[in-house]
Amino acid sequence: MSATAKIEMRGVKKSFGSNHVLRGVDLTVPAGESLVIIGGSGTGKSVALKCILGLIPPDSGQILVDGEDVRRKRGRERERLLDKFGMLFQGGALFDSLLVWENVAFRLLQGSRRRPRNEARAIAVEKLRRVGLKEPTAGLFPAELSGGMQKRVGLARAICAEPEIIFFDEPTTGLDPIMADVINDLIREIVVEMGVTAVTITHDMTSVRKIADQVAMIHEGVIQWTGPVSEIDSTENPYVHQFVNGLAEGPIEAIR
Amino acid sequence: MAILSAFQGFLASIGGTVLWLCRETGALAIFALSGTTHIFRPPWYPAELLRQFMRIGFYSLPVVGMTALFTGGALALQIYAGGSRFNAESVVPQIVAIGMTRELGPVLGGLMVAGRVSASVAAELGTMRVTEQIDALSTLSTNPMKYLVAPRLLAATIAMPMLAFIGDIIGIMGGFLVGIARLEFNATTYIKTTWDFLETGDITSGLIKAAVFGFIIALMGCYQGYHSGRGAQGVGRATTNAVVTASILILATNYVLTEALFPA
Repeated sequence: MSATAKIEMRGVKKSFGSNHVLRGVDLTVPAGESLVIIGGSGTGKSVALKCILGLIPPDSGQILVDGEDVRRKRGRERERLLDKFGMLFQGGALFDSLLVWENVAFRLLQGSRRRPRNEARAIAVEKLRRVGLKEPTAGLFPAELSGGMQKRVGLARAICAEPEIIFFDEPTTGLDPIMADVINDLIREIVVEMGVTAVTITHDMTSVRKIADQVAMIHEGVIQWTGPVSEIDSTENPYVHQFVNGLAEGPIEAIR
Repeated sequence: MAILSAFQGFLASIGGTVLWLCRETGALAIFALSGTTHIFRPPWYPAELLRQFMRIGFYSLPVVGMTALFTGGALALQIYAGGSRFNAESVVPQIVAIGMTRELGPVLGGLMVAGRVSASVAAELGTMRVTEQIDALSTLSTNPMKYLVAPRLLAATIAMPMLAFIGDIIGIMGGFLVGIARLEFNATTYIKTTWDFLETGDITSGLIKAAVFGFIIALMGCYQGYHSGRGAQGVGRATTNAVVTASILILATNYVLTEALFPA
């Protein structure tokens, strides 16, 4: 393992029945960099992220976070590992029985990082302000917010406990182009400002160009190409070429 | 040849069902065990427990009360009609009391609560599964088995005996009301007969049953919701399965418990 790798996946495989989603993923995410994983729908992007978080157990292969194998972690140790992560889910995944601020401060309201409620609320309001939401929003329920606002709240929740690594699952899906751009800018700012390691999965090329340092292309459960974002237009790799340019013809079959 | 292959297909479908049944039973047992151990291990979520207790217990009161009231009343009429065939009309208070406390209070109450609570728990957890809220809990360093499942299991196991006890009282009152209004019983005699006749065991056995039913109700709701399939259809199926399996398990467990508590 190189000294600067924050996350390392080695030969990770995962099948659901006869559906081989990951067929040996090798991927290194350098510390402090923003990696974007691109690939079509159903190519295993989400599964790869969920394997790192331990939400899905991989069939074989190794996953290291800060050089530690995540697969053997149980109970407290696993909690300590997950404390390093923040995740923005595709649909927000906000808890609809809790208020907006309780969602944002969830980590600060229970478990080992528990704090007094008014203190937690103050931190939540500050994080909400960071993602562009005003104080009155804190007292609403998630169902009362628009899609863009829910994404912002999800982002505030992901950054609330100062994580070292943030995952973004399709951050711009379901948003209008203007809101998508706002969210992209916000992600870029936060990643730079907090100095975190970020992994984003998306099929939105605008997003890729905005937030990526490094790009990895996944197809058929294997990482087909990795490289800096500046090379995605010049690479010879046929998969990347087809994807970046949105072509129907190429090695990636359109029927999935 | 065609007959042979049809026969093989028949055997294969039986085998497949048996295997599926074994797998489901095993998965359910592991889920139940894991949920139960999390009840006893910190961290605990008292606010969640209280919320679930209110939802499962307090808000089920009207349903359980109504069920008990009308069942007690109908029971009194039936026993009177049946008893009159051999001049034993006077046993109404005793049989209503024993019927309500030992069987109908816990079982009918349990079935009604199964319809109400298993369904809503399965739908809630199923929606949380589908919208990735359960995954989100994990990423926020919170074990969903502890935060979602354990409080519901504990709340239902405590709430159900309380509901059954209240149901017992209301059911006996239903029988009493019908007894004095329609069957010309004397109010004082009715109450005295019931009081003298009932033994502690009649009531506690019913409460033990109710606690087990409460556990089953929450377990099936949580299990089905937790493993819900994708989309609205998946959640719908989880909800149906939760109610059906909880109801059947309640009835089956009731027989086993009755055998154990009152051996013939």
